[in-house]
Amino acid sequence: MLTNEEVAQTIINQFGETVGEFDDPYNLLTFSTGRDHIFSLIQFLKEHKTYQVGFLTDITAVHYPDSPGREFCVVYHMHSLTNNFRVRIKVYLDADDLHVPTVIPLFMSANWMERETFDLFGVIFDGHPDLRRILNMEEMDYHPMRKEYPLEDSTREDKIDALFGR
Amino acid sequence: MVSEELDIASRNLPAEQGPVQYVNELTTLNLGPTHPATHGIFQNILQMDGEKIVSGEQTIGYIHRAFEKIAERRPFYQITTLTDRMNYCSSPINNMGWHMTVEKLLGVEVPKRAQYIRVIMMELARLSDHLICNGILGVDTGAFTGFLYIYQEREHIYEIYEEVCGARLTTNMGRIGGMERDLSPTAIRKIKELIPRFRKVLTEFENLFNRNRIFMDRVVNVGGISAERALSYGFTGPNLRAAGVDYDVRVMNPYSSYQDFEFDIPVGQSGDTYDRFMVRNEEMWQSLRILEQAINNLPEGSYFADAPQYYLPPKQEVYQNMEALIYHFKIVMGEIDAPVGEVYHAVEGGNGELGFYLISDGGRAPYRLHFRRPCFIYYQAFPEMCKGLTLSDAIVIMSSMNVIAGELDA
Repeated sequence: MLTNEEVAQTIINQFGETVGEFDDPYNLLTFSTGRDHIFSLIQFLKEHKTYQVGFLTDITAVHYPDSPGREFCVVYHMHSLTNNFRVRIKVYLDADDLHVPTVIPLFMSANWMERETFDLFGVIFDGHPDLRRILNMEEMDYHPMRKEYPLEDSTREDKIDALFGR
Repeated sequence: MVSEELDIASRNLPAEQGPVQYVNELTTLNLGPTHPATHGIFQNILQMDGEKIVSGEQTIGYIHRAFEKIAERRPFYQITTLTDRMNYCSSPINNMGWHMTVEKLLGVEVPKRAQYIRVIMMELARLSDHLICNGILGVDTGAFTGFLYIYQEREHIYEIYEEVCGARLTTNMGRIGGMERDLSPTAIRKIKELIPRFRKVLTEFENLFNRNRIFMDRVVNVGGISAERALSYGFTGPNLRAAGVDYDVRVMNPYSSYQDFEFDIPVGQSGDTYDRFMVRNEEMWQSLRILEQAINNLPEGSYFADAPQYYLPPKQEVYQNMEALIYHFKIVMGEIDAPVGEVYHAVEGGNGELGFYLISDGGRAPYRLHFRRPCFIYYQAFPEMCKGLTLSDAIVIMSSMNVIAGELDA
């Protein structure tokens, strides 16, 4: 059984200063890295002899409009099926420079996950062979999951937030 | 005029051009978006060389309803209705998965009885999910009998849902902190009656299909995928197990007291359509085993957690008890703030690992909610799986993968 501390120490030994913000909310090892290292980090975890974190569970993104320089956070969830160990890796991005390398060479499943993230947040995955919108139509000129896009029509006057406890 | 006529005439006479040249041209075939064999709204654009599929491309998003965006404006308890509409063949699993995610965030411990009731409902949902998938696989190979025959049992499962929560398809079952009501004696009787009857029907269903020559000719060695490719494509659930990987969330990360039950994980070998069919069949047997253990050992006690801040109080108490009225009002108006946190919780859905990634900033609604939909991830492999096969094989592969449009798009 792998412990979070053990894996975290190995990652720090291997990647040094480029990884940080280690945490384990609800016992799931979480840390962040830069986009220059995300590919080699995922590759390292995947090809590690004992950890074998060989399953990409999910890729998604989060928008934090109020934190300048780190507006977007791409989140990778990985899972080691042999050790039953999960790990969450975050890459913070500047809103003006939304580029992350693709991980398709490592995991085929990343294809649509990255397309979905691009569609909903506008994060550009460099090296993706077919980075098009997937859930929304091609003609859309915005990325709907960003916080600045309101869910409801702002011109409506019959729905007052205060009445709905918002 | 005369010269034009002559021109046409000369074109019709290719005598001096030698034999007619055939150009190898591919046919583009649209399978979907509303094709009866897709069992949902999504499109496949197939390039066919004669009868063989050369390549395929999927277009999805026809029923994208922006659940993740809607969820950012809704209080936690209102999001349950959104999860219903993802994999609508097994809504209770989605509901329970969502409740468990929020309970994990809130740190609420659910009593044993509620956990067992949840297991019962989730296994019933798995039964009906696999039943539909395998029944429809039969229809797509031309065997309507099996499908019609087992639909009666699906109806009985839906009757149990009705008895437990009042709805049939989009169940909105359970609450954050437990179940909305206890299992009624009628529900318990119906579940106890269902198990032996289901076993009988499933045996007959297997007799119809498992060694059926026509069926086997259609599905054996069709759409196989190796374990390595399946893992790379992010397969989970029965489709991954058919390829030979025994990954089951219920066993690896037991939730809701799954560790109390004894059951096996069936695995296949070649990951082809027949293996997927057989794995689902065997999982139904295992689900029946779990059901039997759960209903016979149903613990006494409360069916909801002692968490009045989050659990919607019973209606009768709201009328008579001041605190219950206050909590009822606060919960319904969404004035209960959740703690700050970041949770990933996965359950074994009908199609595989159904994950909920929830970030709470301490407000009334999630800051960000992401659904890991198994269908969305493994459906990518479809073109690779049907390459070089015929159109009728592609239909069979698609139906054995159990692609549910609602889960695909979310």
